[in-house]
Amino acid sequence: MNNTNELLSVSDLKVQFDIYPKGAMPWTSPDKLKAVDGISFSLKEGETLGIVGESGCGKSTLARALIKLIPAHEGKVLWMGQHDILEASKTELLDIRRQAQMIYQDPLASLNPRMTIGQIIAEPLITHYPKTKKEDVKKQVQDMMLKVGLLPNQINRYPHEFSGGQCQRIGIARALILNPKLIICDEPVSALDVSVQAQVINLLMELQNELGMSLIFIAHDLSVVRHISTRIMVLYLGNVAEVSPANDLYENPKHPYTQALISAVPIPDPVAEKNKDIILLEGDLPSPLSPPSGCVFRTRCPKTQQLCATTKPALESNDSDHFVACHFAD
Amino acid sequence: MNLLEVKDLGVQFDTLDGTVNAVNGISFNLKAGETLGIVGESGSGKSQTVFALMGLIARNGTTTGSIKYNGKEILNLPEKQLNKIRAEQISMIFQDPMTSLNPYTRVSDQLTEVLIHHKGLSKKQALIESVQMLDAVKIPQAKSRIHLYPHEFSGGMRQRVMIAMALLCKPQLLIADEPTTALDVTVQAQIMKLLSELQQELGTAIILITHDLGVIAGSCEEMLVMYGGRVMEYGNIKQVFSQPAHPYTKGLLHAIPRIDHQGDQLTTIPGSPPNMLRLPEGCPFEPRCGVALDTCKNVIPTLQEFTDNRYRACHSALEL
Amino acid sequence: MDRPQNSLLIVMYVDNIKIQTLADNLSDGSEIEGRSLWQDARHRFFKNKAALISLITLSLIVLFAFVGPQFSPWDYEEIDWDAMGDVQVLGAPSFASGHYFGTDDLGRDLYSRVIQGTQISLMVGLIGSFIAVVVGTLYGAIAGYLGGRIDSAMMRTVDILMAIPFMFVLILLMVMFGRSIFMIFIGIGLLSWLDMSRIIRGQTLSLKNKEFIEAAIATGVKPFTIVTRHIVPNVLGIVVVYATLLVPGMIMTESFISFLGLGVQEPQTSWGALINEGARTLQNGTLWQLLFPLFFFITTLLSFFFIGDGLRDALDPKDR
Repeated sequence: MNNTNELLSVSDLKVQFDIYPKGAMPWTSPDKLKAVDGISFSLKEGETLGIVGESGCGKSTLARALIKLIPAHEGKVLWMGQHDILEASKTELLDIRRQAQMIYQDPLASLNPRMTIGQIIAEPLITHYPKTKKEDVKKQVQDMMLKVGLLPNQINRYPHEFSGGQCQRIGIARALILNPKLIICDEPVSALDVSVQAQVINLLMELQNELGMSLIFIAHDLSVVRHISTRIMVLYLGNVAEVSPANDLYENPKHPYTQALISAVPIPDPVAEKNKDIILLEGDLPSPLSPPSGCVFRTRCPKTQQLCATTKPALESNDSDHFVACHFAD
Repeated sequence: MNLLEVKDLGVQFDTLDGTVNAVNGISFNLKAGETLGIVGESGSGKSQTVFALMGLIARNGTTTGSIKYNGKEILNLPEKQLNKIRAEQISMIFQDPMTSLNPYTRVSDQLTEVLIHHKGLSKKQALIESVQMLDAVKIPQAKSRIHLYPHEFSGGMRQRVMIAMALLCKPQLLIADEPTTALDVTVQAQIMKLLSELQQELGTAIILITHDLGVIAGSCEEMLVMYGGRVMEYGNIKQVFSQPAHPYTKGLLHAIPRIDHQGDQLTTIPGSPPNMLRLPEGCPFEPRCGVALDTCKNVIPTLQEFTDNRYRACHSALEL
Repeated sequence: MDRPQNSLLIVMYVDNIKIQTLADNLSDGSEIEGRSLWQDARHRFFKNKAALISLITLSLIVLFAFVGPQFSPWDYEEIDWDAMGDVQVLGAPSFASGHYFGTDDLGRDLYSRVIQGTQISLMVGLIGSFIAVVVGTLYGAIAGYLGGRIDSAMMRTVDILMAIPFMFVLILLMVMFGRSIFMIFIGIGLLSWLDMSRIIRGQTLSLKNKEFIEAAIATGVKPFTIVTRHIVPNVLGIVVVYATLLVPGMIMTESFISFLGLGVQEPQTSWGALINEGARTLQNGTLWQLLFPLFFFITTLLSFFFIGDGLRDALDPKDR
């Protein structure tokens, strides 16, 4: 594999949480919740990887484990082919965190309500370059505000004086001020109004064109992910179900879960919506505390057979970039 | 005859920061068995509109206008009469089922209570009917699971319990306020299918409130587009989607990415939704509108029928 | 479908115009001052009549404590030998004798003594809550933010300190080291921060999961900076409310100790000591000895309560 432009290479990442049952004695061993159960993928420079899945599939945990906000249990996260983030020293980690920033779901909650916009956007800069002169900080902040479509003369205002979409722009400005190589977007538009979502998506895409950073774009809205991503990874219960270039995934989904997921997304067009076939999944997501044996999707899968209960399918591809974890993929 | 006739409904709230005009003179009709979708962004007044229907406006709010249910005025009805209508003829389901399920009481008790109180059934009979209703909303093993507490159900199942509870008295009108927003897409598909099946079976009229145009497209016949507490456009969904008549509806339809094809750049509506404390003097959409005229700044456009059964509130020239 | 495309172009075109006006605004360059949450809160606080009146009343009482002595011909420890002989008659409040509030049964001027008591009582309240605010806030914020073992150890320490019967220890201290205002400060200061630290820890725990804290961690901000920059300013609202409610508590504690006869040393006095005296001499018919200090005591306490209430409403308007 070509390693030169690989920004992030993740292999067999596992994140477990210890859950203590209610009313248990202190010495009883906790239940293990496998939030992320052996996920491997790589991310190239300048690429956008979309991560989709329903709530509880581990997508947010995965994102946080990548930059060590949540400790991982096992696995490797190689940053630019050199440092393993999970075993990085304090200074190395600080350096990586300078280059990998995050954008959050709730635009208002991700901004400190007692700080001005200027202070919020400048915080990463001051943290990593404490000696920057005040005028320089201000200039950089104002340049960045202009870049994300905020009026620079609003630098002294407070987050609550802005609408949700503008707050998300502030969050983007804060993430961009250090010129990072990677931005992890955790559901950046799902809390926004429909008319504002498009603004933020366009802004992210424009900035990526201009600055060339990579994006990891987490969302449950498959339409948005399709629009922004070059490659998409579908997660189910902490496991990868399918990874594929964006168009290929939607035109030709191979995993039964992906097929059901795509068919369930409503289309804003009454004619198309009434004529389409929805593959309805039976039942609910199994508890991650006791996932099914073998393939985790088998309890809801329309194609399930004996083999699925005993053997966990590996993530494989028979042609090129399109990987599926299913024994009976189309 | 129309099941529901809303005329010139207004809702105002007095807050410490000033008066909030949440809903400003909206009108619509609903026939029995029909489904009406109300779309709008947060703060567009869509939820307050139906809260007014249910008499659930917060204490600092006042309502004006008229709401006729089966030809009878129900706005500002005394609590006692309203309760009777609310329980037996109009029901509501919410985005978060836990807001209307009591977490400390078993589902069985919550369901049977409704039947015992409003239909005067015996406890035994009520339990049998409740189980039947849970079966109808496709909760597996309803007979044993009815004795669980609400938090022991998953999100999707909880919403089913809510729907079962709302339909127990076989209401003529069901109001669903963002019923699937908190749910995953695959569960959303299950719930929307269930709602439409139940509607055909029971002939209930539904008012569906959502911000998701896709959900509206799949399940409604008529739709009402709200913005800044006003109706922007009202009409049959097929026509509204294929030939939107209001600049806001047009912008909205082009601003959402679609799953069935990969589009190029999305066209955006510039700016942000209005602050309800300081609404523009004229059309609320004027500051963000691409085709705004000078009159739009000071004159509020009224909702007018421009072709058969299609309404819009806009000063600009009609372009379909 | 040709026409919507056409109108879309118009939308995009106007978008460009808006960008142009945006650029024009920039050249203007003047920075807009933001309105912080504190300024918002102040605005709301001043709209609350009860709180505002209480604030004015309290300011007048504080003013009285400092300016009052100027207008009195008598010192607080000076004995008016004339009045002492017949307190019921000659010691009654009168402008002629210069005893505006009358005298106590030793012939000392009550006006001056009430002023002296006001100074002491307010000081006890303010210093007590000041210690609570500084120590309690930092202690609670650090415990809550660090979490885990350190949190457990720090909070168990608080629990242990709380389990000690406070009043008993205070009385013991007084008896061992003699009665002095200094001992009261130490005693009250040592224990007043316990509740505060618990409240702040709880608040910190919920703040810790907010995304802006996570954003700071992800950027690499140091833990102590996170506490001082992100956590403390956000709990300050609660701190202020709790501190205003703490002041009357402190005053009450001091009064109680003084009422028991263990508080400040004669000839100094406090509200509690004055009320005690007034109550003791009630049967002599010198009602003013009770009423004047009581009036100040109650007025101050009520003012603090109303101000605290007003602050709470002003600082988190959503929780009403």
